[in-house]
Amino acid sequence: MAEVKTQEFWRWPETNWVNPDIDWKNGKLITAGVDVGSVSTQAVIMVDGELYAYGNTRTGSDSPNSARKGMGFALEKSDIKIDNIDYCIGTGYGRVNVPMAQQSITEISCHARGANFMYGPEVRTVMDMGGQDCKAINVDGRGKVLNFIMNDKCAAGTGRGMEVFADLIRVPVWEIGPRSFQISKQPPVISSTCVVFAKSEVVGLLESGMPENEIMAAYCSAMAHRIMELLNRLGVKEKFVITGGIAKNEGVVKRLEKELGIKTAERVWYKKEYIDRKYPFDTQLAGGIGAALFGQALLKMGNAKSARKA
Amino acid sequence: MIANYGFKDGSGDWYVVIDTDKCNGCGKCQEVCPPRILEVGPDEIDIFREGSVASVKHEERKKVRYSCAPCRPGYGEQPPPCVGACEPKAISHSDGWKRLYGHK
Repeated sequence: MAEVKTQEFWRWPETNWVNPDIDWKNGKLITAGVDVGSVSTQAVIMVDGELYAYGNTRTGSDSPNSARKGMGFALEKSDIKIDNIDYCIGTGYGRVNVPMAQQSITEISCHARGANFMYGPEVRTVMDMGGQDCKAINVDGRGKVLNFIMNDKCAAGTGRGMEVFADLIRVPVWEIGPRSFQISKQPPVISSTCVVFAKSEVVGLLESGMPENEIMAAYCSAMAHRIMELLNRLGVKEKFVITGGIAKNEGVVKRLEKELGIKTAERVWYKKEYIDRKYPFDTQLAGGIGAALFGQALLKMGNAKSARKA
Repeated sequence: MIANYGFKDGSGDWYVVIDTDKCNGCGKCQEVCPPRILEVGPDEIDIFREGSVASVKHEERKKVRYSCAPCRPGYGEQPPPCVGACEPKAISHSDGWKRLYGHK
């Protein structure tokens, strides 16, 4: 039988990084956060509250192995070992199944705290666009949650929905945003709020001979509109930031900004030295960073004991 | 903190809303709730909070529309049992049910 080569259009690149400016051996408290989401897993290691290393991978079929894989990927470029970590917190959809974690904390708290670290204390509304849910969170200057709303009942308007769409239209997922603006006329509105039904609408549009770019524009608009409905209930305040994978899709982000009449904050570190030293900024890290920072806070307050073995 | 437990779909907003700054963790709401969807325990969002707080059970959050429907929140003269039992007035509901049963 002939070998069939299939291209996985949904597949986004996995990344890892280690901070060249930090020697972990000089650190007092080394904490980790492992955010096992439904689609992606991030392990973040922080040394005394500074970003030291991370790994961003795809979640597999079970949480413990995904957590191990993410953590292994984060540790890969450093000589630090898992036994050198003082405290590890699991978060995200699979948080209770993180084998190396001493504790789990809900991702709502972790994303709020992480966004505060990444974008700075002026952040007031955090929209986390996850793999299979979206969360809108209002926060105070310390990253504490003031109000939250979650939509995890349906996959429309989520990262996984965008992946399904990428596969259907046979365009790599990261090209959808830019290409959705290369259109000559405004696209039709995709009415379905459900991923499965939106998919059949898209099939219909493809068959009718509509240009691919216009269909991408229509899908991004539909997703932006759906997110806006959730945000309307909560109330958006500036500085407004989006975390999670969809934050990287300008096709959704720009259309959401237009509908809301509010700009999202630039995707750069709040800490100037992080910008100067060109540390990579990944919106998917917010949950893991928040979890690692909670670990540090719990150890400092004496609410947790170091589990360091080496 | 305002905690919205529930979901939004094409038919409306279906949330049990708990103001955790007002909630004193007395637990009367969980006793009077007919389908027993509420629980009282440590604050899972604000991990530094001391004392208990009411929330909707995890496994109930995607069913709020149907679990709360028999009490018809927002409709009629009487508030639903959880709202009536809450002395600090920490519990409310979104307007999905009110719209479903018509305004009064």
